[in-house]
Amino acid sequence: MRSEDYEEYLECSYEIEGRDFIDAGIVSSQIKKGLKSKGIPESIIRRIAVLTFEAEINIISYAHQGTIRCYVLPDSVIIEAKDIGPGIEDIELAQQEGYSTADDAIREMGFGAGMGLANIRKSSDTFEISSVPGEGTYLKCVILLNGK
Amino acid sequence: MTLETIAEKLSLKCKSSWENLKKDVSGGYAGDLLSDVMANSKAGDVWVTRQVHQNIVAVAALKEHAGIIVVQGAIPGKDTIEKAQKEGIPILISELPEFEVVGRLYQMIYSAQG
Repeated sequence: MRSEDYEEYLECSYEIEGRDFIDAGIVSSQIKKGLKSKGIPESIIRRIAVLTFEAEINIISYAHQGTIRCYVLPDSVIIEAKDIGPGIEDIELAQQEGYSTADDAIREMGFGAGMGLANIRKSSDTFEISSVPGEGTYLKCVILLNGK
Repeated sequence: MTLETIAEKLSLKCKSSWENLKKDVSGGYAGDLLSDVMANSKAGDVWVTRQVHQNIVAVAALKEHAGIIVVQGAIPGKDTIEKAQKEGIPILISELPEFEVVGRLYQMIYSAQG
């Protein structure tokens, strides 16, 4: 199912620039506020805050630019993160906790511990990732409103 | 226990959002890896860290931490302080090392909770 097919209840979309660490967290914070205003339960919002922050940091750390979209449906919240960038060569390896290709600048800020994708997976009910090296990465997370 | 009480007992210097020092602290988390803190800390925690760049404010705000204690006398930059002020996150500075801050904090928070 493509995102265009959803019968939208709420949709928001945010652009993110690669290497813009100064604004890191702004998108997650906006999504969190939007979900709060929609009356989504706190425990669900907390999980979504973790996964959107990690997706945001991944785009900033590795991609040239990207977009995070949030859809609120009657029974679930869907977060999509799509970027234009180097992509991921080995997706299995990238999901292993502790594996990271982060450079020193990223690590000095306390990122790049190789926990990002694992945190995203753990915070989602369904998690899909696909990537084309040299083109970019696509991530889709479904969080059920009555899940976990 | 409030942040204000913790600040007094540990001689912390508050750098932002004094208005939120009355907030109740329900627990604590220590860590310098932001993904670890994102995954494992809880709302209402006081977060103890040696990181000082402005992304600590984004993490604390998203996780709804009561405040941040920066250890080892590290001084957050002006941009970090301004962001914390805007987000309503108190940043408190301790001259002590992380291990000592966490040890004292643990005693204080959990003995107060019985």
